[in-house]
Amino acid sequence: MSAHTHVEGQLPHEPEKATLEGRNKILGFWLFLGGETVLFGTLFSVYLALRGQVLDGPTPNELFSLPLTALATLILLTSSLTSVFAIHAMHKLDNKALIKWLIITVVLGIAFLVLEIYEFSHYLHLGHGFTTSAFSSAFYTLVGFHGAHVALGIVWISLIIRQLMKQGLNTVNAPKVYVAGMYWHFIDVVWVFIFTVVYLMGKVV
Amino acid sequence: MSHVHTVKRHTGLMDWLTTVDHKKIGILYLIAGGFFFLVGGLEALLIRVQLWKPLNDFIDAGTFNELITMHGTTMIFLAAMPMLFALMNAVIPLQIGARDVAFPFLNALGFWTFLFGGVLLNVSWFTGGAPDAGWTSYVPLAGTTYSADRGVDYYVMGLQIAGIGTLIGGINFLATIINMRAPGMTFMRMPMFTWAAFITSALILFAFPALTVGLVALMFDRIFSANFFNPAAGGNMVLWEHIFWIFGHPEVYILIMPAFGIISEVVSTFSRKRLFGYSSMVFATMLIGFLGFMVWAHHMFTTGLGPIANSLFSIATMLIAIPTGIKIFNWVFTMWGGSIRFTTANLFAIGFIPTFVMGGVTGVMLAAAPADFQYHDTYFVVAHFHYVIVGGLILGIFAGLHYWWPKMFGRMLNEKIGIWTFWTFIIGFHLTFFVQHFLGLIGMQRRVFTYLDGVGFNEMNLISTIGAFLMGVGTILFLINTIGSLFRPMDAKDDPWEDGRTLEWTIPSPPPEYNFKQTPLVRGYDALWKEKMDGHKGMTPAEPIGPIHMPSPSLLPFLMSLGLFIGGFGFMYAGEWGKIGALNTGYTIGALGVIMTLGCMVARSVKDDPGFHIEEHELDDKGGKA
Repeated sequence: MSAHTHVEGQLPHEPEKATLEGRNKILGFWLFLGGETVLFGTLFSVYLALRGQVLDGPTPNELFSLPLTALATLILLTSSLTSVFAIHAMHKLDNKALIKWLIITVVLGIAFLVLEIYEFSHYLHLGHGFTTSAFSSAFYTLVGFHGAHVALGIVWISLIIRQLMKQGLNTVNAPKVYVAGMYWHFIDVVWVFIFTVVYLMGKVV
Repeated sequence: MSHVHTVKRHTGLMDWLTTVDHKKIGILYLIAGGFFFLVGGLEALLIRVQLWKPLNDFIDAGTFNELITMHGTTMIFLAAMPMLFALMNAVIPLQIGARDVAFPFLNALGFWTFLFGGVLLNVSWFTGGAPDAGWTSYVPLAGTTYSADRGVDYYVMGLQIAGIGTLIGGINFLATIINMRAPGMTFMRMPMFTWAAFITSALILFAFPALTVGLVALMFDRIFSANFFNPAAGGNMVLWEHIFWIFGHPEVYILIMPAFGIISEVVSTFSRKRLFGYSSMVFATMLIGFLGFMVWAHHMFTTGLGPIANSLFSIATMLIAIPTGIKIFNWVFTMWGGSIRFTTANLFAIGFIPTFVMGGVTGVMLAAAPADFQYHDTYFVVAHFHYVIVGGLILGIFAGLHYWWPKMFGRMLNEKIGIWTFWTFIIGFHLTFFVQHFLGLIGMQRRVFTYLDGVGFNEMNLISTIGAFLMGVGTILFLINTIGSLFRPMDAKDDPWEDGRTLEWTIPSPPPEYNFKQTPLVRGYDALWKEKMDGHKGMTPAEPIGPIHMPSPSLLPFLMSLGLFIGGFGFMYAGEWGKIGALNTGYTIGALGVIMTLGCMVARSVKDDPGFHIEEHELDDKGGKA
């Protein structure tokens, strides 16, 4: 099972599932995402319970700017697509293309994060601080948890890129690429819910 | 195949700090969980001493609040769950014919985060006050207004860190059981304890993240002045109750299900009969797990959710009696007509059944929402949950420890002391808690540090205190038995009970670090029993003898958890420790701790673990089959 002795040409079509360690990792990560779903589910519930409690602070309707968050959504959804291309490249055992698509994914992730930081600092200027109201605490916690997940994903995928550059694709790092892809999709899906529940609903009700 | 990697094998203390072997991690869990069990037990005895007579002034009201809070928190999170994890670690991979768990490194990480979380929580005793808002830590009592000292911060940080460990353990066991079963070990051939561990792990996975969010919110409220539970700023206090119990109710099933599994194994082995109604047992366990998520609001009947919510949660709660009843009858029918051996393990298992039924019956009584208004926050509730947790879970753990001790340590426990342990513990238990039902019904409130003379509480409280000390005697006998056994030679046979039915009894006691020299081929439920009945000497191997790949030991799990411990400390005291230069001391230490943890994660991610191989000639040669 000493996978690192393989050379690239001999890797199977789905190198992430070639070893038991790889299969364990993928299964374990699906389970972890199950737990993450409950985590975000609870955060969403907390937000929904407290979103009306704005006190003297600005209301969601006054705060949110849909063009900005729509742009953020577009960027993050595109990064999900590029991470699919990365996995596709991995299945074709094309390490160069894999690295390229992962880098694009990371860059898009950073762009999203920059927008979010700008957004938060803008809200601070409007008097929407973390301690302003129950609504503001719940908002920053929910969206901030997601942002922290994006930040962690950026660091993680960057480390994987470094490994791919140094070692090439093998059966040890292929599962890492795969689960990082799963993670990235997950935080994308969470963002879709945030966009709907926080921003769109904030504009309507 | 290149087997060139040599790995440094540690000895002594370093071996234990770096081990990724599930059997050693099981022993670590047992030692740590056992230690916290003694701490929690000591707290219980102090509570009982305070309550042995009316208007006692042995301890003051404040300390009493700390004691009840820490007793509950310690027993549930730091004693019961780790001891279950001890048995799960020691037994599950063996029962499914696996060489290891799916994630040995994470397994170690889970243990160390639990330990450091638990230590952090208990450090509070020495730094000016333990948490005192109850183990449920309801707001606003747990908010900064009414809990201004650091106690609740310790609760929040300690449980958060320990909770990470539990979640990791849950994911690990799920992945292990799904992916690592030996050939032929289909789901419906898995031993009942493995099934119970599987469903418990699923419950952990879906319940603990809710607690994580609740603790984060409470921490933000306390440390960063957020407003989740602050009504003055629009926060909602009932929200905490919902979050806590949507975790907290599944939590009690997380505790009891492995005990169900243990009882199933022990009763079946010592009745020398196949477990009655195996498939209904599996189904009932799943059903309990599912319903466990549907009943959290029965802890909140008096909160005022309204009659419709109360009725629905009331009915859902009563429904749980059905699958539980199935289990009870299955155990009884397993014993029916069996040739029963009254070993200590089996005594505990048999003692479990009526005791747990009593706890279940009061559970159904409490599920009746209108009646619950009368029982709420009285000693009736205290009696109920001690009947299910001590009478269920702890008796189950004692049964499991006596049953698997030879497998874990290679030595039998002394049956004579064992029988004394059983009788002192179970008599002490019933003395302590049976009277508490009636104390509750005549109006004694829980969580109050004393009571008046002349209201009829005196005698029953005295009986209760005597019982508690008898339980203490039972526990001491168990300690003498277990520690004493370690001084005897390791002479337990592979199948020391001679009636072993499952795969763990096919390998030496204690097992070699690779567990199975050859992965066994499983041909039916009760894999070993089937081979015995077919006249075979042991299992048919599913593979030829070959080199076995093992994961390397690592200090990283220890360091990662230490980082979280330091980080937790720093953040808690951010407001008090002043500044070093321009930097806030507390935040700086907190950040350093988190950086230490993240650094270890990066190190783990960047540096692949090639593991090492145990070669054929190193395998203990005791007749492998070709």
